[in-house]
Amino acid sequence: MNPLVTPEIGLVVWTTVSFLVLFFLLAKFAWKPIMGAIDERERFIEDSLSKAEAAKDEMARLTNENDALLKQARIERDAILSEAKKVKDSIISEAKEAAHKEGARQIELARIEINNQKAIAMADVKNQVATLSLEIAEKVLRKQFEDSSKQDALVAELLKEVKL
Amino acid sequence: MYNSSILKIKIFTLLRICAVFLTLATFSIPAFSQEKHEESAEKPFEPSEVILEHIADSHSLHVWNTTAIPLPVILYTDKGLEVFSSSHFEHGHADYTGKYYTYRLVEDKVKIVGANNILADSATVWKWNSSLIDFSITRNVASMWMGMIVLLVIFFSVSSAYKKRSGKAPKGLQSFMEPLILFVRDDIARPNIGYKYQRFMPLLLTVFFFIWVNNLIGLVPFFPGGANLTGNIAVTLVLSVITLIVVNLNGNKHYWAHIFIPADVPVWIWPLWWVIELVGIISKPFALMIRLFANITAGHIIVLSLISLIFVFKSMGIAPVSVAFVIFMDVLELLVAALQAFIFTLLTALFIGGAIEEHHH
Repeated sequence: MNPLVTPEIGLVVWTTVSFLVLFFLLAKFAWKPIMGAIDERERFIEDSLSKAEAAKDEMARLTNENDALLKQARIERDAILSEAKKVKDSIISEAKEAAHKEGARQIELARIEINNQKAIAMADVKNQVATLSLEIAEKVLRKQFEDSSKQDALVAELLKEVKL
Repeated sequence: MYNSSILKIKIFTLLRICAVFLTLATFSIPAFSQEKHEESAEKPFEPSEVILEHIADSHSLHVWNTTAIPLPVILYTDKGLEVFSSSHFEHGHADYTGKYYTYRLVEDKVKIVGANNILADSATVWKWNSSLIDFSITRNVASMWMGMIVLLVIFFSVSSAYKKRSGKAPKGLQSFMEPLILFVRDDIARPNIGYKYQRFMPLLLTVFFFIWVNNLIGLVPFFPGGANLTGNIAVTLVLSVITLIVVNLNGNKHYWAHIFIPADVPVWIWPLWWVIELVGIISKPFALMIRLFANITAGHIIVLSLISLIFVFKSMGIAPVSVAFVIFMDVLELLVAALQAFIFTLLTALFIGGAIEEHHH
């Protein structure tokens, strides 16, 4: 057999022993820690990425929530404002109405008072006029009937008029 | 401004490295030829001999010119264990008499010198009945241990970086290795094995980086690289046998049912079916073994052949052409080194995936 394709027993044995020793040394002190570290790091990176993704989702969710809250708050504010405006308007109109009514009542009262006062004044004036007229008439009559003849004449005339 | 100055520095460093490589190449070529001339002045240059010698295993580490580091020879004989330095062989020029036998190095293989100078080969996988089994620390074993040290240093430091900087982004060497580890996980293990991939990650990572780093060390053209480790059939055999064992140990009931009691196949064909399935079980890792061996060995052979051209033509004029082609091939081999590690790991993952797949009929 050609020496090239004749495996030498010594080399076979040494290769076997050396390879097995190398295998166990590397497996225990190199491959195990290296693969462990690589796996661990990959897991860490994957974890970090998924956490970042989750954080992004959470962020988006929070932003959405905030937007919704803001929107709701705006709607509520608008509602409150419009409510307030309505209340204000109604208060104003009520006040106006009340003021109108009060005014009208006051005017009415004033008018009644004026009328009363006018009636009183008129009554007073009438009294005065009547008193004056009586005084004038008394003075005229006194003047007319200073002369006793005139009184007798009048009595006579009156007696004439009286028909029994 | 700042960037461009850094870029300039980087380019200069790159150029310097290339210059060093080229100098080394030009230096080593005469040294290499000198060595050959000393040994056999009258013999013509035989590229195939030289190439085979370089891609085969060796009992010494060639450093520079004639300098070589001897490696321990460990022999398991029928009488007992023998350990001595390969320097006793003096590169095959001398015999060594140990405690039990006299040994001789012939074409970098240890043989027993018997009576009347009859040589007895050491045992091979094809011929076991021998009184000698060679367990030497060869060049390939030394290269493999170097690769292991490189791997352990790299990944222990990366691992401690993960501990120190847990949860942080990777930095330095860690950031260079992490994409490779993730590549094995996301492009090899997960798509082929499925959700149970985690159990097989240590094996796939070890196989991937073991093959890749050793491929790269094999491409370094000078000491201490250059061993044809992943292009050695013994190494690819062990790796593919590991795949075979892992695949079949993890085979679930669907996997075995498909092999032994195929539902849609008439019963009288079952024996034939079993033979075919058995061949299938063996041939998958066998293909892995051959693929890695052939690819890496072929790369080494091509590079060495291109260098050999210089000596075949006996001319320095061919050297620039040769070196240009070698650089091109080396760059291609860099790709092949990664590609073969990828393919081996991918197919291992695919076979495991096939064995543990949950069928839904």
